[in-house]
Amino acid sequence: MLKSIPIAGRLRFGNDPVQTFLYMAGGALLLFFAFIAVRNTLTGAYGIDDFLQGIVLGLAQGSIYALIALGYTLVYGVLMMINFAHSEVFMGGAYIGFFAINAFHESGFLAENTLVALLITMAIGMLASVILAVLLERIAYRPLRNAPRLVPLITAIGASITLQQIFLRLFGGGTRSYPVVSLCIGGTLQGTTCEGGIDIMQGRYQVEVFGGEIVIRPLYFVIFFIALILMAALWFFVQRTKVGKAMRAVAEDKNTAALMGVNVDRVIVLTFVLGALMAGAAAVLFALYNRQVSPFMGFTPGVKAFTAAVLGGIGNVPGAMAGGVLLGVIESAAPQMLGLPSQLEDVVAFGVLVLILIFRPTGIFGEVLAKKKA
Amino acid sequence: MVRNTTRNFLVVMAVLALLIVPAMAQDEGTVVVEAGDPVVIGVAAVISGEGLAPLGEDIVRGVELALDERGTVTVGDVEFEVTIDVQDDLCSAEGGQAVANYYVSNPQIVGIVGPTCSSACRGAGPILDSAGYIMISASCTNPALAADFVSFNRTAPNDDAQGVEDAIFIYDYLGITKLATIHDGSPYGEGLVTNVAAAFEELGGEVVAQDAVTVGDTDFRSTLNTIAAAGPELIFFGGFPAEAARLAEQRADAGLSEVPFMGADGLYSPELINLGGAAVEGVYMSTPAPAVSDALSEFVAAYEEKYGFAPTAAFHSYSHDAVLMYLDAIEAVGEIDADGNLVIDRAALAEYIANYGAEEPVVGLSGLLSCNGDGECAQGGIGFFQVQDGEIVRLETMSMELE
Repeated sequence: MLKSIPIAGRLRFGNDPVQTFLYMAGGALLLFFAFIAVRNTLTGAYGIDDFLQGIVLGLAQGSIYALIALGYTLVYGVLMMINFAHSEVFMGGAYIGFFAINAFHESGFLAENTLVALLITMAIGMLASVILAVLLERIAYRPLRNAPRLVPLITAIGASITLQQIFLRLFGGGTRSYPVVSLCIGGTLQGTTCEGGIDIMQGRYQVEVFGGEIVIRPLYFVIFFIALILMAALWFFVQRTKVGKAMRAVAEDKNTAALMGVNVDRVIVLTFVLGALMAGAAAVLFALYNRQVSPFMGFTPGVKAFTAAVLGGIGNVPGAMAGGVLLGVIESAAPQMLGLPSQLEDVVAFGVLVLILIFRPTGIFGEVLAKKKA
Repeated sequence: MVRNTTRNFLVVMAVLALLIVPAMAQDEGTVVVEAGDPVVIGVAAVISGEGLAPLGEDIVRGVELALDERGTVTVGDVEFEVTIDVQDDLCSAEGGQAVANYYVSNPQIVGIVGPTCSSACRGAGPILDSAGYIMISASCTNPALAADFVSFNRTAPNDDAQGVEDAIFIYDYLGITKLATIHDGSPYGEGLVTNVAAAFEELGGEVVAQDAVTVGDTDFRSTLNTIAAAGPELIFFGGFPAEAARLAEQRADAGLSEVPFMGADGLYSPELINLGGAAVEGVYMSTPAPAVSDALSEFVAAYEEKYGFAPTAAFHSYSHDAVLMYLDAIEAVGEIDADGNLVIDRAALAEYIANYGAEEPVVGLSGLLSCNGDGECAQGGIGFFQVQDGEIVRLETMSMELE
């Protein structure tokens, strides 16, 4: 009689043949990956400098995923619904942000007051995302609040396509480029080079590490820290304020929360607003970083961010942050480490998701918004 | 009861007969243009999409200018006006299928100019084949298309020609021995890159890295980082401006800023400079390019006069020639029936196009046209270009083998 043997926490071995098989297969895969990674490192095919470069790139991309992932996770936590139109909320922020920054660029305001112009652009992007998200909630989701769970899911997909097509018809299918912005800190800008200071937007520094050379841009850290500050603010808001408490109450039990005097509709709108604020900020950062916007740009980051949310445990705010950064780093560092063409980065990223879901079906941090995680 | 059944049977037969008679009257294999009606040619081009619209619009403008020159066909003393029906092929297999289905459902369409992208040509091929329609593409350069589809013809040289020329350019003219290739997963990009890599290795060069990106992505830094580890001297990209602009720009983030970047006809568009700005300075590209001629200079002048700007891609002369092939073919195989209608037999039209200029090449705007039955009508060469000070400038390089 083989009883289930607890290995670590909720991990159990032996009571379910399918689960046992999955654990063994997952474990074998992990060992295999670890073996290849170690071999590639030892043979010199993969150096520490490559790894560091991957981490740095992944950090920037991952922070953006994390910000978007928060939108998925908040809405899921409160409504138990996957808001697939969130990727279009992101796209809308980037696209409207483009019009703002382009206007600043053409009027010369961007060159004169770069920091102010960037902050206004970001505010406009966030505002655009918020307006889209509030409209979305009001038109597409609220009428279906008490419908079976599959119904709002389908509406979300429909809303996503609708928003994409609206932007396509309004602004055309062409790709647009954000201007190249230089923000010189501690020096003066001479043409495109920053004399005596650091250009935190365009600066690139070759750094020698462990016999190799990697390229570091201050922008990577700017993105990372902005994301970190926004996430900390959100976390504080949800965990430490009265409105945040109402939000957690609604997430736990809508009806009881309503009986306790919480305005459920308002809290739900607020949830969408918070998610959209993060998405709008992520969108402008993304567009400043990758310099390209189009009506279809939301899809890939949206799917990645959703993955990040599941990875960290959907409905869980710190989980989304960790999941995003982790996914970004895995995506940029792992294919090269395993000696695969980076074409397969999505395969590796989603493979990791499968592995994590085998061992932790509810994601790394588990699946709760309601509980106070302090 | 028996009588009732018989009557029902007769009714059914009568209804069927009514349905069949008009279908027989309008034979699928012919186009009948009533006297006074225009002849309609379909134009399938990518007129929306990320950085692609300038390529398709260039094709449509070439067609419009061709019809400005020669807007009618005359068959047996009767003149018919020629009009076009422009549809968006979306530069995808699905888009190609959709436009092909649209055209084959309209018996008035004589033939199709386009589609623009090899993926769309591949999608449209089977549908047009089974309907007996034909297409003459000005820009689908994937080599396999001509052999795979009877309906397929092209006025542009294919990527076998372009790939070899590109490899020679990289190896001999630029003196590069270590090449990295990237494609965008499209039949065009992948086919082209495969050809370039094979020809480059044949010349004695080494292909040190091969990778691919996803259309619509914007962050290619990890791809470039992987490629940088192999130490290439040039990156060749098979794809279109949106991804090319980001790849060229993000070279700097992977320590590849000194490594030249090159693409092919997909990049030959001002859109590349709009999207890439300073980052695409120095980017090389090849494109099917007609030999410089007076006729071509006049055509480009007419283009600039009509639309107010320089050509947005390199395909206008090819689509212009495709239209003229159709007009010649209609005049050659069209017949006037007893009611004064123009009757065009699709099989005869396809036959005429397939052997267009077979005996003696026809001088077109894009070079000599001679189809030889295989759908490959172009005899023109490949030109090489570089972005210099925000302009696409033609490079004076070696003599064109194909000219």
